[in-house]
Amino acid sequence: MQITPLGDSALIVRVCESSAEPDEQSLRIVLEVVHKIKSAPIPGILELTPAYTTIGIFFDPLRVEAAAPESIFDSLAGQIRKAVSHAKKSAARTASRVVEIPVCYDPEFALDLDEVAQLTGLSAKEIVDLHRSATYRVNCVGFTPGFPFLSGLSAKLVVPRRSTPRKEIPIGSVAIAGKQTGVYPVKSPGGWNIIGRSPLRFFDAAKNPPALLRAGDCVRFRSITRAKFAALQK
Amino acid sequence: MSATILRAGFLTSIQDLGRTGFREFGVSLGGALDSHALRVANLLVGNDESQPGLEITLGGLRIRFDDERTVAWCGGEFDVRVRSTSLPAGHATSISAGEELIVNPPKLGCRSWLAISGGIAVPIVLGSRSTDLRGTFGGMKGRALRDGDVIPLNKIRRSSALATLRRGRQTAATEKVSSWSAPVNWTTTAKENPVLRFIRGSDWDRFNPSSHLALTNDSFAVSPDSDRMGARLEGTELKRNENVDLVSEAVAPGTIQVPPSGKPIVLLGDCQTIGGYPKIAHVITVDLPVAAQLRAGDTVRFQEISLADAHRLLYERERELERFRIGLSLRSRA
Repeated sequence: MQITPLGDSALIVRVCESSAEPDEQSLRIVLEVVHKIKSAPIPGILELTPAYTTIGIFFDPLRVEAAAPESIFDSLAGQIRKAVSHAKKSAARTASRVVEIPVCYDPEFALDLDEVAQLTGLSAKEIVDLHRSATYRVNCVGFTPGFPFLSGLSAKLVVPRRSTPRKEIPIGSVAIAGKQTGVYPVKSPGGWNIIGRSPLRFFDAAKNPPALLRAGDCVRFRSITRAKFAALQK
Repeated sequence: MSATILRAGFLTSIQDLGRTGFREFGVSLGGALDSHALRVANLLVGNDESQPGLEITLGGLRIRFDDERTVAWCGGEFDVRVRSTSLPAGHATSISAGEELIVNPPKLGCRSWLAISGGIAVPIVLGSRSTDLRGTFGGMKGRALRDGDVIPLNKIRRSSALATLRRGRQTAATEKVSSWSAPVNWTTTAKENPVLRFIRGSDWDRFNPSSHLALTNDSFAVSPDSDRMGARLEGTELKRNENVDLVSEAVAPGTIQVPPSGKPIVLLGDCQTIGGYPKIAHVITVDLPVAAQLRAGDTVRFQEISLADAHRLLYERERELERFRIGLSLRSRA
């Protein structure tokens, strides 16, 4: 475990090399570290940002327990190491949630399905079947409020990002790029290939937590008809 | 108990000290890009430091107050007036019911923060009254202010009203603007040739020595596509030793990230929560107010300092702020 400064008011805990390929194992360690730090309140820590193989820890340097300003970072890093090594091992081994997400793969919503078919040599039906039959894992939530980065995409569906990103992507668009899939929860630009749309709200600032998904969740996509989409959207 | 936005200007939004606790859901910190300036302006008008104020970008704002208020502002070198009276930065000023305040474009810098006694009464969304312009929530209906908006203000608390009144009495006899002020380096943050101090980022060693030299010696020009997410810079291309793909991880306001173009971006308050570009360095917290003043066409330089020094400077500023608070409370009791 490596701890490095992210400026003077945040730091990053790395559970493996920063260029290493993220996997299930590293994500599990990340979630365990998050759980341990949250359950061992350390003065000064404000919030955590887990992502793939790292945990960003934001803190108020003025509230960290340290002998002098010069020792703030070392003192905090020491407290974090202690909290991580101290807590019981299986603390975070609660079964992860499985969230089922309805998706309408109709051409009306699947703006890039034809292009993905050309790139992969698969038919539209094969693409949809591959996409909805896998189980995915949320590696992190970011980019925009509530955007989930999901791993577990079939190797047959690996396509590059679009060469020109769209200026505005419709809310709820389900998209793929590289080895990942995700859902655009708010209006934003974006370069991923859109293959469907979900009627669910993935981000709602009026709710707490505001995002439907969080790091560690398991996700499955269920194909729905256009009529069902309209019904669920109400 | 409201104020009417007669002209909203280039970009004016309601901001407080930001939204903490929702980064894991992709929600940015946001808030005043110079939170220290907002804290000082709030203290000057008798508000709690965390009250929301207006962040005014490049001026063009005209606002009319329905009732008597005290206002104060900090930031770039703006020309702020009530009728013919010029309101200097860092001074409390009393405004009568029906009077208009005008913020003209700045001679230097980019943004200013206006605090209004009582504070702005918009709802708390995810723990903050700040406007998240990208997420379109918080502040005034999740958007920048528009011409004709009426912003609700809180009733002035008795204690702060009293303090304001007493301060007012000291000045009312001769002028509406207080003669005393906050330290000038807090209230007037735009610099002619700004230098941002930085500490090394975790990807520092991924960059070649000439890029290290360029970052510490060369000047960079601020590009016009800069915004609340970041100040985009142009100059010597910063190059990496090898182009390995990095896994996305947390970034913070102040992070200097370098996309494949080699043009560095200094991230500001509305930056994304995670990023995959290498982080060559981080601007220190006490210099973020200077970064928030960078405007298209400005040039900026960087200077390396140690993490310990960054923390020492932050402690010093906090001590001075505490002295300032005590000074203010003595003044209002006088």
